[in-house]
Amino acid sequence: MTVTAGAFPIERVREQFPLLEREINGTPVAYLDSGASSQRVLASIEAVDDYERRHHSNVHRGSHTLSGEATEAYEGARGIVARHIGATDPREVIFVRNATEALNLVARAWGDANVGAGDRILLTEMEHHSNVVPWQQLAERVGAAVDWAPIDDDGLLDLDALRALLERGPKVLAITHVSNVLGTENPLAEISAMAHDAGALVVADGAQGAPKQPLDVAALGVDFYTITGHKLYAPTGIGALWGRLDLLRAMPPFLGGGSMIRKVTREGTTYADVPARFEAGTPAIAQAIGMGAAIAWLDAELGMEAVRDHERAIADHTLARLPEVPGLKIFGPPPGPERLGPVSFEIDGIHAHDVSEILDRHGVAVRAGHHCAQVLMERLGVAATARASFGVYTTTEEIDRLVDGLEDARRVFGL
Amino acid sequence: MDELYRDQILEHYKRPHNFGVVEAADLEYEDTNPFCGDEQHVTIKLGEDDRVAEVAFEGKGCAISTAATSLLTDELVGMTRDELLRLPKEYVLELLGIDISATRMKCAMLGLKIVKSAALGKPAEWEDEGEAGNPAEAAAF
Ligand SMILES: Cc1ncc(COP(=O)(O)O)c(C=O)c1O
Repeated sequence: MTVTAGAFPIERVREQFPLLEREINGTPVAYLDSGASSQRVLASIEAVDDYERRHHSNVHRGSHTLSGEATEAYEGARGIVARHIGATDPREVIFVRNATEALNLVARAWGDANVGAGDRILLTEMEHHSNVVPWQQLAERVGAAVDWAPIDDDGLLDLDALRALLERGPKVLAITHVSNVLGTENPLAEISAMAHDAGALVVADGAQGAPKQPLDVAALGVDFYTITGHKLYAPTGIGALWGRLDLLRAMPPFLGGGSMIRKVTREGTTYADVPARFEAGTPAIAQAIGMGAAIAWLDAELGMEAVRDHERAIADHTLARLPEVPGLKIFGPPPGPERLGPVSFEIDGIHAHDVSEILDRHGVAVRAGHHCAQVLMERLGVAATARASFGVYTTTEEIDRLVDGLEDARRVFGL
Repeated sequence: MDELYRDQILEHYKRPHNFGVVEAADLEYEDTNPFCGDEQHVTIKLGEDDRVAEVAFEGKGCAISTAATSLLTDELVGMTRDELLRLPKEYVLELLGIDISATRMKCAMLGLKIVKSAALGKPAEWEDEGEAGNPAEAAAF
């Protein structure tokens, strides 16, 4: 496959995802739930398979050939992630289980050492529970206060309100790159500059942002950035935390155990340098290799600019077609530079659960619920929405099938 | 006719019975379906012999959870707290009269869980529900 300027090579992309051959209720699946978890790219499946069959051993723990191969592949994956996100040093990339663990790591290791009684923590109303709960737990542990930066009625972060809240001097701003409900992309570079002027560190949740666009953590100006493999066409059980080297080095460990030590004696332990300090125990070696392979595939075969253009084209098509359905309300900004997927919506008179149940009969997979964003749901005044989310393999035809399925849902409900 | 969204289900969804709040309730409970965030609030007034005299529910939910609680609350008047606690899952499933998939079971059972919690005055232990009552016995209530 080669990168085609202008036209996205959608057919060849789809051939790389074996699951898309599945039929659901007699029709090929239209998988519009990549925001919850994307499908796996063949390059990743094969890399895991090859590693498991031919190279498996523990990493960093032996001088035999297999341990050397496993270590090389694992560290190779770290290098791929580092290059992909624009990290200058692969030691800034720590492998974790998922975005949730990365955010907990920061809230624990950095938070406990740097946030104290009476300090403030700034979150936004559009955060996923993964970027809420660890900070609430930190606030409870140390006696800090949590502030919430509001969104406007279009679903964009209110930057004036954010600026005002930053004037309260929070220690940290924890913010998502792209909302998993609204599809809003937050202008992280501008926001990071504002936060740093106010003396706050920026922890960016890239679970949704990373799969959709080129990344350069230095240009974004953030202090920490998290990714999760299973939304990046890679296996579950693997993600990464990127952090500024000086910050990571100053942080105490998160979990204790093997691999994260320099020396253990009866009297106590000294810790290894990063990244090992934060990778206690045998890591998810195969999964890390699978994530490296998926990212390498994205970079080599598509390029993240093309991925972003495709995401935006699908989001625009969805935003154009959904309003054809009577009684349908979309949550999130209108088409524009700050608008990517997913597209969340509700239909008057049909609950989101029933919408997704009927869509499933048509082989269309969407998510219904609160999307682990209950603070945002409260702000929007809904208990649940239906959500169509996209991947590199999503086609406009699949969106058209979504619209047809929604018409059928209205018919079933006698609307 | 639709297998799942039968007329009876849609009727109860669009115009749920016993919808609202009972004033000066003796028993009440509110709970959510953690998967989707749907909430229901059940209020019950007890009459003679501590039997249910009046029951109402409110909340926002899907067709299955709304219809299930609507149908269930239609049956509760005259039951004792003990009888409420012994209602098995199958009781609600029979009232619904449709096949409920594993993914929708939580929707179907939300109202029953809340009714039991109201009767207990604390969260009902859901895992025990299977053995908590005999469906045949329950249907005879
Ligand atoms: C914005 C956002 N943050 C964090 C997460 C958590 O990701 P994970 O479950 O992989 O830790 C998700 C995934 O649902 C998400 O959408």
